[in-house]
Amino acid sequence: MSDDVWIIGAAMTPIRRHLDRDVLDLAADAALGALDDASATIQDMGVLAVGTQFEPYTFGQQVQKQIGQTGIPVYNVHNACATGATAVRSVLMEIRAGETDMGLALGVEQMTAGSPPYRSTRPKDRNVFEPDGRDGHVLPTEGVLGTGQMYGVFAQTGTDYARRHDGVGFEQFARVAEKNHAHSTLNPLAQYQRPYSLEEIMQAEMLAYPNTLPMCCPTGDGAAAVVLVSDARLRTLDPDVRRRAVKISASVMTSDPYDPSGLAHPDVNTLTRLAADAAYEQAGVDPRDLDLVELHDCFATAELVHYDNLRLCEPGGAGEWIDRRGPWRDGEIPVNVSGGLISKGHPIGATGVANIYEVATHLRGEAGDRQIEGARVGLTHVIGLGSACAVHILERSAG
Amino acid sequence: MSSSVTRVPVVDYLALGDGDPHLVGHRCDACGATHLDRHNACPACGGRAFTSTPLPTTGRIESFTVLHRGAPKHIGPFVSVLVRLDDGTYVKANLVGVPPEASAVDTDEPVHLVTYPAGTDDDGTEAVAFGFAYASGDDRTRDDQHGNEGDDR
Ligand SMILES: [Zn+2]
Repeated sequence: MSDDVWIIGAAMTPIRRHLDRDVLDLAADAALGALDDASATIQDMGVLAVGTQFEPYTFGQQVQKQIGQTGIPVYNVHNACATGATAVRSVLMEIRAGETDMGLALGVEQMTAGSPPYRSTRPKDRNVFEPDGRDGHVLPTEGVLGTGQMYGVFAQTGTDYARRHDGVGFEQFARVAEKNHAHSTLNPLAQYQRPYSLEEIMQAEMLAYPNTLPMCCPTGDGAAAVVLVSDARLRTLDPDVRRRAVKISASVMTSDPYDPSGLAHPDVNTLTRLAADAAYEQAGVDPRDLDLVELHDCFATAELVHYDNLRLCEPGGAGEWIDRRGPWRDGEIPVNVSGGLISKGHPIGATGVANIYEVATHLRGEAGDRQIEGARVGLTHVIGLGSACAVHILERSAG
Repeated sequence: MSSSVTRVPVVDYLALGDGDPHLVGHRCDACGATHLDRHNACPACGGRAFTSTPLPTTGRIESFTVLHRGAPKHIGPFVSVLVRLDDGTYVKANLVGVPPEASAVDTDEPVHLVTYPAGTDDDGTEAVAFGFAYASGDDRTRDDQHGNEGDDR
């Protein structure tokens, strides 16, 4: 089998000062042009890599909303003047690794003044209503067209679940925070290490119903790292290294596929379900096999819906599951024994590695006071809004 | 409201001039998915042709929150809702005409689109916002929104 990778489509926009095209237009022009040139469609693509030095957040996912949301993994690449080449190489490596057989790499930058913004908003000397952004808003829309505040967005995700399923209310969401703050009392790395009573949580300052302050992750600093090797290389290493090695049995990344509600309100459920189901299949693991789970509890409302999305509870049964302490460290499937984002903390770039550190430490039997005894299989889950979801399943080395 | 005042919609998918106020969507010619913002291609199918379509003014609330911390000062705590219009299009907005309390929200009861003045700029132009209200909340006006121009979040 050859490792060769080929280019079948290519396109670019004119380079000049674009006063009539925002940066999403430029990205879409190049992407759609390359697809046409390849006689391919977005549905043929198995991966998307988008390079930009200056656009923030999940920019590649914003591009998907202009060219097609098919749920494929998206790499947002940021590497100074090598940004575009790194995007190309990201797609090449995915193909070479056998993850997919066709992908789209895109690089874009908008660097001149006077180009139309696609998000927000020019500082103004004088308050004159002028349409701004892709929705043509004339004034800030926060508090006029609902909320975009994270704790409010995830609050709505929670009340949507409560509307669709019985036995879910303010108290069930608060119980998630009660659990995670109890768990972190055993974790010397956690930002908070004191228990909160259910009553204290429910009576705390309401940020956005039903999320009170201790139901929301704090702001904090931190870092985490891991070293990976190939199976062939592992066989050459010292027996003590091999004994402590943790196997990555599944690694899945998704973006949000199109959903009619998703452009008005981020849908964090569908891409999590797709990633989890693919990960269980890849690893040959059933949710009931899991000894522990570290999931993305940026807010208590998020953790509750992910019990269902990750198939940890009966369908629709997340409220009942927290009521009977299923996700507590002595329950059926311990969830966020580190304290989770709510109590361990959420230094954003570190979070998706820190949860792998946590699960690996339990699988190695090295988690000290918070050790889940005999842990053999664990799952990690993160979501970056926009959205990107990653699920990993880790297993203790057999030897 | 004086007819001499220039009025502009708070976002360009709110139509004010053509009969009763309503929202306008871009409907994909290929798959029928309807989007409020402009798109280069359809996020549902990749289609590249759209037709402008008036949207229904009634629907139901799918999710809500009462936003307290960080609410703009001139607005105060408010109810944010995701509404599924009767044609299946989703829109985020405020629920108006109710106190900012979780107990005021009933996701079983239909809501309809209402408009209200959301601010005035230095030229005297008035921005007209939309929200959703229950049938009993028709007469609610938001005159308290006047006179807060320039108060950014
Ligand atoms: Zn379409």
